[in-house]
Amino acid sequence: MSGTSDTGAAAPTPQNPDAGAAEPTLSTPQDPDEGSKPAAPVVPGEGRKQIRKEQFRVLYTSPGFIVGVLIVGFWVLASVFPGLLTSFDPKQFVDAGPRVTPSGDAWLGTDRNGWDVYTRVIYGARKILTIAPVATALAIVVGTFLGLIMGYYKGWVDEVLSRVIESILSIPVILMAIVVIFTFGRSTAVIIGTIAVLFVPAITRTIRSAAIAESDLDYVMSAKMRGESGFFIVTREILPNVTGLVVVEGTVRLGYAIFTYTTLAFLGFVGGNVTDADWGIDVSQNYEQIAREIWWPSVFPAAAIASLVIGVNLIADSFDKAVKS
Amino acid sequence: MLRFIIRRLLLALVTLAFLLVVVTLIPNIAPGDPARKIAGGTASPERLAEVTESLGLNDSVLTQLLDLTTSVLTLDFGDSFSVATGEPVMSLVWTALAASAKLVGLALLVIIPISILGGLITAYKKDTWIDRTIINIGIALSAIPDFVAGVFLLAFLAVPVDFFKVQGAAPPGAGVLTQVQHLLLPVLAVLMVYFGYIARVTRSGTITALDSDYARTAFMRGLTTQQVFRNHIARNALQPTVAVLGTQLGYLFGGMVALERVFNYQGVGNLILTAVSRADYPVLRAGVLAVAVIYMLATLSADLVVAWMNPRTRQSLGEN
Repeated sequence: MSGTSDTGAAAPTPQNPDAGAAEPTLSTPQDPDEGSKPAAPVVPGEGRKQIRKEQFRVLYTSPGFIVGVLIVGFWVLASVFPGLLTSFDPKQFVDAGPRVTPSGDAWLGTDRNGWDVYTRVIYGARKILTIAPVATALAIVVGTFLGLIMGYYKGWVDEVLSRVIESILSIPVILMAIVVIFTFGRSTAVIIGTIAVLFVPAITRTIRSAAIAESDLDYVMSAKMRGESGFFIVTREILPNVTGLVVVEGTVRLGYAIFTYTTLAFLGFVGGNVTDADWGIDVSQNYEQIAREIWWPSVFPAAAIASLVIGVNLIADSFDKAVKS
Repeated sequence: MLRFIIRRLLLALVTLAFLLVVVTLIPNIAPGDPARKIAGGTASPERLAEVTESLGLNDSVLTQLLDLTTSVLTLDFGDSFSVATGEPVMSLVWTALAASAKLVGLALLVIIPISILGGLITAYKKDTWIDRTIINIGIALSAIPDFVAGVFLLAFLAVPVDFFKVQGAAPPGAGVLTQVQHLLLPVLAVLMVYFGYIARVTRSGTITALDSDYARTAFMRGLTTQQVFRNHIARNALQPTVAVLGTQLGYLFGGMVALERVFNYQGVGNLILTAVSRADYPVLRAGVLAVAVIYMLATLSADLVVAWMNPRTRQSLGEN
């Protein structure tokens, strides 16, 4: 099946951040799912294991994957044990004083409050690395479930939900998010829920089109003829064959979730305190000083955001290649 | 063809109706008194009653929905509460749309040729280091949030290089060139975000077209690469690109909230952000619906262009 990754991936997982789900509405010219299916569906247990093994091998030897894991691993470490990486407190007035340029005393300089920028960047990893994965996991569970149901059963429920999905996708995710968070308040639960709900449509659409393709295959037909229930076919027959796609979709969405959360934080929509160590908040608090040549308090948190999303995207891309290999 | 257009329009109307319901519901399901959010905590009971009345919150949700539908049809959303008190909502929306249109128009002028060129180069140089470098840089850049790109550009271009401006908007009365000069950095940020995505779509479309039998036949007939591209490949290869550009246009209009804020640019995104932070429901509703309408018009025109490029698409769309 090698070689399909180029021609089959007519619409690779769109990396465009804003376009939470900017896949083209047309289904014909570039449906990513058909043609480049992961594991051949008819393979019984042993063969499938073999294919998985092969996919993992592709993964581990890919430089993009290794770099991505190193970057994300560093931030995970920072979020779990920030004390290992810095001896300061994020809200501690350090000896160097306020607004000093990056130097030996303060590696990444200090901000106008006299806080160490490096320490704040390290501590800033925790919130994003809690909220984004939780929101993504929720969205993936709901989206996969809906997508499988819609793709397998089709019918009027599919028709109605498809219209709802189209409607939600027609408004940029970030706009929808600020409207929803404005309506329901800025608590962490609302933020997680909002990101999750707004990501469901795109995931549902991807899984749905994969489920439609799978439903036409012989193994589903034979399960039907054996008299298996729809529930069994969806969960035990189709789901295992779209697992690779679910993993890819989940990683891609994780990147978007990080994107969305930091943007919301930048726009002042995540509640909490403006002095909390949070990359998006730190950028929004300090970017106006760039005009006065005090660039480090905003550029370093911004670089942290960039490195994390790039890391996650490198992993997502490697998953995508492995699944299609 | 006519059937296809009608069907697409009907779908767009259904979508719009759904969004109408959503924006109607916003002040009704928001916790707390929406009138108090607008008028402020110290407002007199008379003022609160007045605001509640003008929001239509004394009516049933159904009446509100009908009122809002009337507003959409007559393009009259009343006056703004707090974004610019007393100004007609639509005049605010038009001004913001005009500002966004300048940014989006200029961005497209830059993005389309550069990204398509990038896609074509990588497709023709498939699996070489040129291909890998361009695509990987593109992917990395497009993963970065727009406001992060904006902050980098501010720090490393706007401040050290006098030619680039910190503000996205030129001073009032400035000439076209000055306006363009002020928009250069926001446009560059948009290019960073979109290049990888559009180049990749173009690359895949071109590779598929190059692999096709008709392209191989054309090459075997001895035509040059250029001739084959112009006469045989371009039409097919660029269909995905056109479709994607259509969907992105809507996002460009409404999704650049954070970027507009970095460059202090008063586009639609910024208008909606201000409306939200000041609880100005009429402006919020009109702004959100405007973005939705633009998205629909953009995707509809993209679909029409694609259908025109390839009659087969038109048919399969009809069956869909």
